[in-house]
Amino acid sequence: MRRYLPLAVVGLAVVGLQLALQAAGTVYYLTQLTMAAFYCLVSIGLCLLMGYAGQLSLGQAGFFAIGGYVSAVLTTLKLDAAEPAARLLSSLGILAERRDAYENFLLGVSPWAALLAAVLVTGLVALLVGLPVIRLKGHYLAMATLGFGLIVFRVVLGTRLLGQADGIGGVPPLPLLGLQVSGGRAHRVESYYVAWALVLAALFLAVNLIHSRVGRALRSIHGGEEAAGALGVDTARYKLATFITGAVLAGVAGAFLTHYNGGIGPSEASSMKSVRYVAIVAVGGMDNLWGTLLAGALLNFISLRGYLGSYDDAFFAVILIAVMLFFPDGLLRRARVGRREGG
Amino acid sequence: MSLLQVRDLSHSFGGLQAVSEVDFDVAEGGITALIGPNGAGKTTLFNLISGVLRPQAGSIRLDGRELAGLPAHRIAALGVCRTFQTTALFPRLSALENVMVGRHARTRAGYLAGLLNLPWTWAEERAIRRRALSIMEELGVADCAGEAAASLSFRQQRLVEIARALAAEPTVLLLDEPAAGLNLHETEELGSLIRRIRDQEITVLLVEHDMSLVMDICDRIVVLSYGRKVAEGTPAEIQGNPEVISIYLGGNHV
Amino acid sequence: MPLEQLLQYFFAGITEGAIYAIIAIGFNIIYNTTGIINFAQGEFLVLGAMIATSLAGVLPLPLAVAGAVAATMAVGALVDLVFIRWLDSPSVLRLVVITIGVSILLREGMLHAWDEKVRALRHFTGSEISSVRILGAHIAPQALWVLGIAGVIVAALALFFRYTLAGRAMRACAANRTAARLCGIKTRRLVTLSFCLSAGIGALAGCALSPLTQTQYDMGASLAIKGFTVAILGGLGNSTAAVAAGLMLGLLEAFSVSLLPLAYKDAVSLTVLLAILFVRPGGLFGRRESQRLKEF
Repeated sequence: MRRYLPLAVVGLAVVGLQLALQAAGTVYYLTQLTMAAFYCLVSIGLCLLMGYAGQLSLGQAGFFAIGGYVSAVLTTLKLDAAEPAARLLSSLGILAERRDAYENFLLGVSPWAALLAAVLVTGLVALLVGLPVIRLKGHYLAMATLGFGLIVFRVVLGTRLLGQADGIGGVPPLPLLGLQVSGGRAHRVESYYVAWALVLAALFLAVNLIHSRVGRALRSIHGGEEAAGALGVDTARYKLATFITGAVLAGVAGAFLTHYNGGIGPSEASSMKSVRYVAIVAVGGMDNLWGTLLAGALLNFISLRGYLGSYDDAFFAVILIAVMLFFPDGLLRRARVGRREGG
Repeated sequence: MSLLQVRDLSHSFGGLQAVSEVDFDVAEGGITALIGPNGAGKTTLFNLISGVLRPQAGSIRLDGRELAGLPAHRIAALGVCRTFQTTALFPRLSALENVMVGRHARTRAGYLAGLLNLPWTWAEERAIRRRALSIMEELGVADCAGEAAASLSFRQQRLVEIARALAAEPTVLLLDEPAAGLNLHETEELGSLIRRIRDQEITVLLVEHDMSLVMDICDRIVVLSYGRKVAEGTPAEIQGNPEVISIYLGGNHV
Repeated sequence: MPLEQLLQYFFAGITEGAIYAIIAIGFNIIYNTTGIINFAQGEFLVLGAMIATSLAGVLPLPLAVAGAVAATMAVGALVDLVFIRWLDSPSVLRLVVITIGVSILLREGMLHAWDEKVRALRHFTGSEISSVRILGAHIAPQALWVLGIAGVIVAALALFFRYTLAGRAMRACAANRTAARLCGIKTRRLVTLSFCLSAGIGALAGCALSPLTQTQYDMGASLAIKGFTVAILGGLGNSTAAVAAGLMLGLLEAFSVSLLPLAYKDAVSLTVLLAILFVRPGGLFGRRESQRLKEF
């Protein structure tokens, strides 16, 4: 069980940080930290994909956007409450009421049903895109995933239903066990904990996978694909499964962030976002979950606080180049073999 | 009893015919060698049998079951495992983890079970580790279990790779030049190791250049030259075969 | 479809297609010499056009264009010297990521130097409203300039690679880099030269295109993707095929406008890209062997 120790450390840090901010009176930092958590989810999935399955993806923002937009579209539907079908679905909990800015009651899909739909759609798209993509390598893989992300961006930008350049707003909060995930001040603390609980859950899954039989098989693929196949490892299948896992994590992150922000825009699908997710994994050390987490939390927080101003994108580009030029194994390296043996 | 039957196997790369209508049998429970000068097509043949390459023509039957056209991991699951000419240990894993991957084809814990760390997988993991360690002990490399694969000595790497292939419980073990780079003493040890493997009822097919090893341990020898089978028989028959002699010594020696 | 409209689409298609072909050739030049896909290729076009618009304020147009081309070539050389030279047998991943980073840096640099405003170079001859009648269709004279310049670039490159020492040396590099080095060819310098060349033809194409489509700091990415699609279509490294592939993609895009909403025009080339990567990465004219792809 030694493998879960870092998880406990992260958990403690999350709680400690919140208490410290409370004491210091700078609770508003929680907003950016919450958003940073959602972005970290994407990088965690990408860490598994890049560091373990050995697949680069420059299109994770596409999956993030798919998750977010599906949630947004479904929860902002304006259905006719009088319809018998609507009444049936409401009683099943699939549809839910929400209030808009003018205190009107509107009927749309309930956030949890929408979340489920977002996961399913993201997973399905990942399956369809992943099947051909995992056979590619090198430049072709990079271009294919970049192209996928760009297609999502173009579709989102050009489709009226998806709000085109303005995106979709008026997305209701996500209710969870009496709490709410939403950006308002009243729900700041609970949203923060929900977000980081999500991150811890993702880390839990990732740690499990790495230490499992499949995780070992994945690590064998990266640097020994032929030999792995000759020992019975179905490399294509595991790569695809990891691709889908990364995509679903991104989609879940997108859905949650959309509820948190109350909306989503096409910039979430941009290739710049995809590059950021890659930069964070690269800085963190490719196959280093904890490094990715640290880099993700820190860099996203700095960027979201606006400390980088208009040099935001340039900053990520610079660190990406710097890491790739001088520290190709990542900035936060750690002893690889032997450490992983235990637990 | 012929366990592995290769019939009419052909494969070319661009214009080069690497393997041409090769026909031979591998007897069950025996040690068979594939020999021939460099470029004869031996490793290509291994690649065809183990599924790394898809044969363009011909058939490969394991106990009656057609292997040609199956992906490598399916062939491995059916019991055909191999080592590689340039030792291909997984660089990012320890020696023990390398051997544990060998157990992959015989174990079940899947992706979802892995993500959730389901309790039923714990016993399987322990069994994998135990089995891997015991194989490594048998081969005398248990002491380097925790070390990074890249930091092992050449001899240790060789043995770990064989251990890894054995962990898959193969019915047929393909060894690709296992003696390359080993000194006299190590080659002798290898010979007795291969015999021990045969005694565990694993059929061995090896590609080798070291003639003394081949003549010493093999029951049957298949000779290839320029992609074609030139001779097949017992070591004594092959040693006396004039065509084989001329292939190796240059044609003017009958 | 009436003949005039057909011709209109046709000329729009081959004009844009010619640009895509030039971008693809730029990819191929660097790829052939180094094995690197330069994701920043699109930025060279934009940079050339931007510099030209600034210079055109003080210099006559031909000098402004020439100056822009020279400046962009210098930037190209700089990209090689600052970022690529360091690398010692880098993995494909590192190269991909580094050139993407470079393209972002160039883009952000242009944003801060020229802001997000759309700029356009003056039409080389005539103006936005002048047109030439060809077989009933109205063609902007600038489109003819684009076609002409593209043709000159292709011809000049063909001559360069065939008859000059440097050109032949670059072809040798493309065929076998180690052998070339063993023959005494200074491969390092050729790498820089290939970046210069790609940057230069990109800048020239960007200048020719600017009056037609206007130029904005972030246009590089979509241009690069389309150029890359064309390069792959023709088979990576094959510049003759790139010309044909470029015209094909240009025509496909142009005629797609008659079927799909304009907003999806870019999605057409992206779909072609994914289709070709998934089905035949060696390109339509590529050989079977190039189907085997490099390691991550």
